[in-house]
Amino acid sequence: MELLECKNLCKEFDKTPILQDINLKIPRGKIIGLLGKNGAGKSTLIKLINDLLTPTSGEILINGEKPGVHSKEIIAYLPERTYLDKEMTIKQVIKYFEEFYNNFDAGKALKLLDDLDLDLNKKISKMSKGMQEKLQLVLVMSRNAELYILDEPLGGVDPATRDYILDTILSNFSEGASVIISTHLISDVERILDEIIFVDQGKIVLTSSADELRKNENASIDEVFRRYFKC
Amino acid sequence: MDYIFDNERPIYVQLVEKLRIEIVSGKLKNGERIPSVRELALTTKVNPNTMQKALAELENEGLIYTERTNGKFVTDNKELIEKIKRKLAEEKVNNYIKDMKNIGITYDQSIQYLQELGRKECE
Repeated sequence: MELLECKNLCKEFDKTPILQDINLKIPRGKIIGLLGKNGAGKSTLIKLINDLLTPTSGEILINGEKPGVHSKEIIAYLPERTYLDKEMTIKQVIKYFEEFYNNFDAGKALKLLDDLDLDLNKKISKMSKGMQEKLQLVLVMSRNAELYILDEPLGGVDPATRDYILDTILSNFSEGASVIISTHLISDVERILDEIIFVDQGKIVLTSSADELRKNENASIDEVFRRYFKC
Repeated sequence: MDYIFDNERPIYVQLVEKLRIEIVSGKLKNGERIPSVRELALTTKVNPNTMQKALAELENEGLIYTERTNGKFVTDNKELIEKIKRKLAEEKVNNYIKDMKNIGITYDQSIQYLQELGRKECE
């Protein structure tokens, strides 16, 4: 059984199609790049998978089941925007996650945060944007999930922070789990991807193994993307 | 091993090249056990599946072998290592001669340059 499967998935907002006829299978143990320009439909697809939106038609199956309580247990989701209560301290947030998720490994989170030299009694509102992004990623990656879905994890952070984020993803996803990374900053992530999915105007226009694509096109994924989406 | 990859070529191909050099140069010692796929992936900062693919390729070449239950080892086949070393050297020499030719230096002059200037690099 596939970890995630989308069948003829469509989503409309006020009769305007945002996603059209998405067919997708995500196997276990892979890092997948969901790549597309702004407004291509990446976040809508991610929200559908996370049960935050309902499909207009078609279906989504996670481990063979429709999104719901079960899927939320096995998917660790990093949304584009922060959802943490900024008045909380880091310590409080960790406690909150521990109570909320069965599979949250507080020890792992503390260890990862230790590398960042953060004061655990600091309020989130007092942290820089980059630090807040790192904290959120640490929280998500400290869950022993089967599928990690990261929506623009690199948006607006400096190159050193990008490296930290990529390393954290690479060294912390549970064995056998898969990771979906949505981004338009392709050159930064492409070295860690197994598979790539190009999304354009609400449709999947290309799926390929990352190394196959490099071999066939004699170019980086970033270059292929630029050629494909040339304005 | 440096971890800088060129995004324009398959990462696994570049890993194979780097690991091959580690083995023939003896940095990864003959007959020694190599770290697990996951460990290697972490140190080189690549995806574990990519590392797996690279190791499979080296296994095909005979440079590493798997002992069931024990993990992967570097070959102790000295003949094979010499053969691959020679092939790598041949590529380097060909490139050197070609580059020298491009800047208008003959084969004989290239050898002179190598003896004169190359020694410094080796010292």
